[in-house]
This record gives sequence, structure tokens and C-alpha cells, in this order.
Amino acid sequence: MAYSDKVVDHFNNPRNMGSFKKDEDGVGTGMVGAPECGDVMKLQIKVQNDTIVDAKFKTFGCGSAIASSSLATEWLKGKTIEEAQKIKNTDIVQELNLPPVKIHCSVLAEDAIKAALADYQKKADSK
Amino acid sequence: MKLPIFLDNHSTSPMDPRVLDAMLPYFVEKFGNAASRNHAFGWAAEEAVENARKQIAKLIKADSKEIVFTSGATESDNLAIKGVLEMYKDKGNHIITSSTEHRAVIDTAKALEAKGKATVTYLSVDKYGMVNPEDVRNAITDKTVLISVMLANNEIGTINPVKEIGKIAKEKGVLFHCDATQGVGKIPVDVQEMGIDLLSFSAHKIYGPKGIGALYVRKKNPRVRIAAQMDGGGHERGMRSGTLPVPLIVGFGKACELCEQEMATESARLTAMRDRLQAGIMKEIDEAYLNGHPTQRLPHNLNISFAYVEGESLLMGMKDIALSSGSACTSATLEPSYVLRALGVGVELAHSSIRFGLGRFNTDEEIDYTIKKVIEIVTKLREMSPLYEMAKEGVDLKSVQWAAH
Repeated sequence: MAYSDKVVDHFNNPRNMGSFKKDEDGVGTGMVGAPECGDVMKLQIKVQNDTIVDAKFKTFGCGSAIASSSLATEWLKGKTIEEAQKIKNTDIVQELNLPPVKIHCSVLAEDAIKAALADYQKKADSK
Repeated sequence: MKLPIFLDNHSTSPMDPRVLDAMLPYFVEKFGNAASRNHAFGWAAEEAVENARKQIAKLIKADSKEIVFTSGATESDNLAIKGVLEMYKDKGNHIITSSTEHRAVIDTAKALEAKGKATVTYLSVDKYGMVNPEDVRNAITDKTVLISVMLANNEIGTINPVKEIGKIAKEKGVLFHCDATQGVGKIPVDVQEMGIDLLSFSAHKIYGPKGIGALYVRKKNPRVRIAAQMDGGGHERGMRSGTLPVPLIVGFGKACELCEQEMATESARLTAMRDRLQAGIMKEIDEAYLNGHPTQRLPHNLNISFAYVEGESLLMGMKDIALSSGSACTSATLEPSYVLRALGVGVELAHSSIRFGLGRFNTDEEIDYTIKKVIEIVTKLREMSPLYEMAKEGVDLKSVQWAAH
């Protein structure tokens, strides 16, 4: 199966790969997937004044899963919480030109975004 | 050194130029039909086919009259299993096979089962992928007509105790079919000593052309009979109709002859290269696990699981090396290798496996390059892996509640 140029680019030059400390102020962490399914994504956002100022990811999975999460961090940066909620897996599919068998990678990335946002919200609410 | 490097010799192998040289005259110049008995064109073709038959039979210690040409090992497996079941249906309908067989055997057995033509016992294997001969013995009933166990596994290279299974088959009077596609030409095969009644193999795994294979069908002690699965001119003693592809057969013969002559030196060379590849990788990478038997395996096979990284991404990171992964992320099912699963390898490690298949034309330089690349990509992907990060932090990954999807 041939990968699109964009997937290959994200795979070879992942954007924003790394981690924030989970307990750091303003950080939301989303971890989705399972090792048995062959992919696990960890996506983190750093929020200041309702805006995502930084994002990071770590992914165990195929090239498309890595590219989906890398792209997600790129898109998240600079967005408000409300704007970030609107990112859809279909946007990722379109941008990366993912074939049908890889659509689950984009779904996972959307889930990871949602999970990170929810985690941030939970931490903010409990303050 | 030329890139990409081919290290996927279990899937197929490059043709040996000496094989091509042997084949070339049989396309344009000596194009006759081997079944034409009345003219020189036919005679030349027949002579070439019979010579190849001898070369092929010699490699497995059979008689040339026991070789039936087919389109490849898949057809040989189908012909052997369906042919025996049909021919011996009055005796019984029970097949014994193993859970790590190639799909050509497993799916054939399943197809017969689905049509109500057979009942099948799928024997489990030990943690190295080996069939226990005593399990074969215990599975035999008075309805058993065929035992089908592979010589060596295509993913993990484990070599089965075929001789012991053959002995039990003889003792119990059950026919023994062996899919030897991965073993013939790589390790010594002797159908007499191993007690094999039917043996499948093909040319393209041993530096010959694609599209030609053979089924060895024992002629005496006992004389094995199989029902043809295709109607036609009654070629190959009535077992497989169809005009013989003479150039392919000549190539198959030459490929077998070369294997027979060079097996000892080639297998020593490949074993040394494979061991160096294994040691070079294992020395630098922690939590890399060998799949398959540590010693009873094919000289050119190496299958390793790299914990915390996914197989397909490993392959993507080494795109100038042709390899194969036990991960099935490319298929819609997301199910990893059933062979690794049968060994009891955890699903997550099955997703993390890479198969290296060395061959006649690989060089030491290519192995060095591969070692370097594997270390590079595993290190890079582990840095990217949330699982590796958690493991390093001391999190027990098995205790985590994953949100399966």
C-alpha cells in the first residue's frame, strides 16, 4: 500500500512529538486506543486564556496513526477550546488522503483531541 | 551496495541467472509440446521435462515418476488434500493438521469442512511453533485419512519433527502430506527417511521461476492415489491435466539442481549472516524477542518482536529494505499474525514483529546496513511511543484500562 506524501512527511518529520508533565497547569492529556489493537495515541494540549498555546503527541501505531496525531497537534496550536472541538476525523482523512483501511487512525486522533479537551476541562472545573 | 535491499525471501526469491540461462532456449527455439509424441519438437520438450523431473526428484530423494507438476505450492496443497479426501472417502473423512499451516492448507481444510466433506483437527503448537508428534498420534481415529503438517513455517522458520510424524503415520496406516515450500532447497529433505507420502513445494522460493510447483506423490509403500481436481488431457499420470509449461519446468529443475549442489555451503553462509543480524540487533535493542525456535529453524529466517513499536511503522521507517511484518494493520480486520498468536505471543507483541528472510544474493554489507537501520528506527519509534514512555516510568501496561476500539 502506498502512503500519501503528507503521511510520509509527518512520519519522517513528526511535528510536536513529546510530552508535557500531566500535572502541569493548563495541560490536558488524552490517551486513546489499546496496544492489542495496534495503536495507542497520547495527545496533550497546553491552554492559556482559553487558547491552545502548545500541543504534543506520542503515538504507538502505523504510519497513518502517527501522521494523524502529528497533524492534530499542528492544527490544535493557536485554536480556542471551542474551535478545537470542531476538528473532525473527516478533515484529517481529507488532509492526509487516508485510504478506507486507515480511517480508524483519524477517528482515533479525533477521540484523542476530545479526550485531551475533556481532561483539561475537568482539571479547570475542579479548581 | 544497491538499494532497496531484498530481505523478504520467504515471500519469493530473485531468480538465479543460471536458471534463466537454462530456460531461455525453451521459449522461442525449443517451444514444443511435451505431449507431442510424433515429432522432434515434442521429443525435445519431453526430454527437457524428464531431465528436470530427475533434478527435482533428486533434491527430495524421490523417483522422477513421483513428481506431478502444478502451478505452485498452493495448487499442490489443494490437490493433495482434496485429492486424497475424494479418493479415500470410503475409508473416512478426518484430516489432522496444525494451527500454523500456510493458508493454502488451512483454508483448503476449512473449505472441505464447510462443504461437509471433512472433519478437521487443528493441532496446537508449542511456544516455538512446533507440532508435538504425540498430539498427532492421539488425534488419529479410524476415520483419519490424512495428516498434513508443514516442514518449516513461513513466518517463524520453525522446523517440525516431520520424521517422527511420518513414522506415526506409517504405523497407523494414515497418509502423510507435508507442505515443504519453505524447507525444500534450504534444508535436506528425504521423503523416504521422513515417511512422507505427499510433498508440496514450488520453484520461486528457491531462485526459480514463478508459476511452477510440484506435488510429490508416493508410488510404492504405499502407492498413493489422488483424485484429479481438473478435467482434461490426463497429463501427469492423470493427476493434473494441462499442457506442461516447459520453460518453467526446465527452470524449476535447474533451480533444484543448484540447491542440491550448493545447499551445504549456502546454508552455512546464510546461518552465519542470520546469526550476525540477530546478534547485531539484540545487542543494541532491549526488549527484542525472538519468535520461533532458537535452533530448530530455517537457516535464513529471523523473526523478532520489538516491544512498544508497531510493525507497519517499522517497515515504513525502513522503506529501502524489503521486509515483512506480522502486524495486520494493513488489512481491514486488524488481526495480527495467526501464526504468532498460535505460539502464545501476546497480541501487542504480534503487532510488533518483523520477519527477515535472507537469501542467496544477500551480502554482508547489506546485513550491516540492515542492523544499523533497525537500531535507528526502533530507537526513533520508541521515543515516539507512549507505551515505551509508560514502561520506562514503571507503569505496568497490563494494569492499564485501555479504551479498546
